[in-house]
Amino acid sequence: MRIASLCGVALLLAACAPSAPTSRTSELSPSDLQSGYAFLTPETQQLQDDPFENPGYLWVDRGERLFQTSAAAATPSCASCHTEGLSGAASSYPAIEPSSKRLINLEGRINQCRTEHQELEPLAYESEDLLGLTAFVANQSRGQPYGIAPSRELQPYIEAGRTYFETRRGMMNLSCQQCHSETWGKALRGDTISQGHANAFPAYRFEWQSLGSLHRRFRDCDTGVRAEPLPYGDETYVALELYLATRGAGLEIETPGVRR
Amino acid sequence: MAGIRLAVPETAQKGDVIELKALIQHPMESGFRRGSRGEAIPRDIITRFECFYNQEPVFTADFNPAIAANPILTFYTRATESGELEFRWTDQNGETWSDRKSITVT
Repeated sequence: MRIASLCGVALLLAACAPSAPTSRTSELSPSDLQSGYAFLTPETQQLQDDPFENPGYLWVDRGERLFQTSAAAATPSCASCHTEGLSGAASSYPAIEPSSKRLINLEGRINQCRTEHQELEPLAYESEDLLGLTAFVANQSRGQPYGIAPSRELQPYIEAGRTYFETRRGMMNLSCQQCHSETWGKALRGDTISQGHANAFPAYRFEWQSLGSLHRRFRDCDTGVRAEPLPYGDETYVALELYLATRGAGLEIETPGVRR
Repeated sequence: MAGIRLAVPETAQKGDVIELKALIQHPMESGFRRGSRGEAIPRDIITRFECFYNQEPVFTADFNPAIAANPILTFYTRATESGELEFRWTDQNGETWSDRKSITVT
């Protein structure tokens, strides 16, 4: 019975996809790894590469101003501790925060600095100020290798992120993997499906006409398959961010990227 | 506070044609869009851009709803004397934002 139904499934698949040319598996092979940059038009690539015209730098500038100035007389500025800058910080997050044992991303780390060392209120996720600071910090690692090496401590979170990535959801019943690992390079309406890497975030998207966080992008994808998006900063999204950082290891950090 | 980015060469030879770039952070909301609940999003646009070279206007532009958010302009002028370039944007309500850059002409 089981064999018969398996044969049925195989026949069905063969019938549905007569022209599927590749032997692409559900996992992205390291030799195929391509940044979303590779899927852009030359004009958009040029916009990302130009340090003046790239509109993401409006937020980097904003972040730099916030980083250098202190919010109140008694409050140290970010720059008063981080005198050497934060080159490389972007490629160390998400990471497990030692005291709370929770997985936090760069946005979470910035807010933790604010509450613990500056005695300030945490910034709202997706606020212009948090986007600016995140973009400013991540931009200092631009051109450096993106990605996080798996470790035993991180493994449960990586698995949680992978599970989210591979689970079908929404009215369209699609997983992230089906588009971004199995179907990348093909057309989705007027667009080419990318491999879904996070190495350019926070990124400026034409659709948003603004800089946006990776979680905003996740929420767009979830909404796109007609699934209920998770809240900003949700721990599952942070785990997904971590899984993507292991999946895309080997790419370069491009923050602030420009995307469609 | 609007974010402004300016690109002006620090030095130029007298008589050179110099490239100027000006970028401002602004939503340039056209007034033709509707929000997720069907409500009309009111128009909010910059209507005027001006560039002054030592107080003398060298480039002006009228903006309309079809101009994209965070507009960037690239234009040219001739370097005549050392001094200051002022870039000024005015929105539909008369609010203005401006920034300056100095240039040394030899």
